[in-house]
Amino acid sequence: MDLLEFARGPAMQWALIILVLGITWRVAGIVFLKRKSDLSEPRTHGQWFGAVRTILSRSVPAPAFRSRVLYSNLLGYTFHIGLAIVVFAYMPHILWFESILGFQWPALPNAVISVAAVVTLFSLVALLVRRLTSPVLRLISNFDDYFSWVVTVAPLVTGLMAVADMGVGLRYETLLAVHLLSVWLLFIWLPFGKLGHAFLVFLSRGTTGALFARRGART
Amino acid sequence: MDQGKTPQTLGEELRRRGMSRRTFLKFCAAVASSMALPATMAPVMAEALAGARRQSVIWLSFQECTGCVESLTRSYAPSLESLIFDFISLDYQHTLQAAAGHQAEEAREAAMKAHWGKYLVIVDGSIPLKDGGVYSTVAGETNLDTLRHVAEGAAAIISVGTCAAFGGLPKAHPNPTGAAAVTDIIKDKPVINVPGCPPIPEVMTGVIANFLTFGKLPDMDHLNRPLAFFGDTIHDRCYRRPFYRRGQFAKRFDDEGARNGWCLYELGCKGPVVHNACATTKWNQNLTFPIQSGHGCIGCSEPNFWDKGSFYAPLSSGRWGSAEGIAAAAVVGTTVGIGSAMLSRARQSDIIKKG
Repeated sequence: MDLLEFARGPAMQWALIILVLGITWRVAGIVFLKRKSDLSEPRTHGQWFGAVRTILSRSVPAPAFRSRVLYSNLLGYTFHIGLAIVVFAYMPHILWFESILGFQWPALPNAVISVAAVVTLFSLVALLVRRLTSPVLRLISNFDDYFSWVVTVAPLVTGLMAVADMGVGLRYETLLAVHLLSVWLLFIWLPFGKLGHAFLVFLSRGTTGALFARRGART
Repeated sequence: MDQGKTPQTLGEELRRRGMSRRTFLKFCAAVASSMALPATMAPVMAEALAGARRQSVIWLSFQECTGCVESLTRSYAPSLESLIFDFISLDYQHTLQAAAGHQAEEAREAAMKAHWGKYLVIVDGSIPLKDGGVYSTVAGETNLDTLRHVAEGAAAIISVGTCAAFGGLPKAHPNPTGAAAVTDIIKDKPVINVPGCPPIPEVMTGVIANFLTFGKLPDMDHLNRPLAFFGDTIHDRCYRRPFYRRGQFAKRFDDEGARNGWCLYELGCKGPVVHNACATTKWNQNLTFPIQSGHGCIGCSEPNFWDKGSFYAPLSSGRWGSAEGIAAAAVVGTTVGIGSAMLSRARQSDIIKKG
């Protein structure tokens, strides 16, 4: 079995198994935690509304902090949207999803994907520079932050290298295998580190919003 | 030239057949360029080839379908390539030789003895190793014994076709005969692989011309394939690549995309990971190749191409087996999650009780 076959077969199967196992573990572990019983009279019954409202309201910076967080917010949005375009609008990726889900959707031309990937990459580099140059951010950053950055950037870099066939001596099939393996590394790490926000962000925001709404706090 | 006299060199043979020097030089320039040799090598090659004496070749056919022989010998019209095949002294070849039975085996032994250390061995077909190699024998001798015996006195070996080069179809799972490639068995001789199912005739011509000119095999890649022909992928040189870049893919063999000649990636084309010269050298006298005829590349010049999933599954589709593993992971994950939450609840209760 060559490296590409390993990446397309067993490595992918195990990465998906670990991804699903990790996500269900994290979500079930949180959902079934003991909750403090709230004996007070609810101020409002629109808790679902409060949950949705918080999910939306916290997606834009609060006016008081806007100027201070604008840089990271804009770059954050740029790379998240860029990643979404690269992952979900590139035909080979769509075909991978189709092999699992059984259906596909329209793709964007490769040139658009390449531009999105490069913009995403620069945004991520700019955010890393900010993390390294800001004393506060450096102080609160740990291994999880840096490793999560590496496993997010690695598929982008290896994917761009594979598309451009710039293998620093490596053949295309090796580049493709390395790209796949870097994605599987992201899958394996995703449930256990800060990248877990991918599936926890709306759960935690929604919970906070619902609690606030019950207590009559502004969300 | 005396028509009755047996030509001693390739030059004499070509002149006898009315081949002009100009045509011969053009052929040498084409071969030199296809082998990625500098243009200045064309006259050198012409001189060396013209003076080359008949090269003794012993062709061993093992677990094969004769498709490779068909590909190499049945060109559309007589060509210089076929003349080179005519010129080499093919001292042993089951399908093409007139002799049969013991006479054929004796001819092989005689050729080996006469050209010991200098003859070329061409192998097509894989070699069965299981159960002592009994699954393919010729004249009572296993392919394994024949190969070892004949390879002993060979100057070099050319493995023709994917079966000889990598095991091919006979090696496909579950490989009932224990089929192996030539390079799995012969370690002490120069071996070049010319894979393909079948291989491109011009690649064979290039390899033989290179050997006759320089007395050695050409530069090879990590799978022992001639680098000049296997350096690029099919995708690198595919005329449909602009459609790939634009994201225009045929989704069915009879849809509008297929009729417009769009990229066949979605229909399972393996071109991006397959190294061969089909897209440049092409087939049937440089007329066409499978992708041009509307079918994706199946990757026949790569090892184990039979066992790499469906020919019609896109390259980027994963081979993830079944959903059972994922379902089991979800069940285990949920159970572990609930278990850890319960553990946390119990600890919280303890803390509250202790108050």
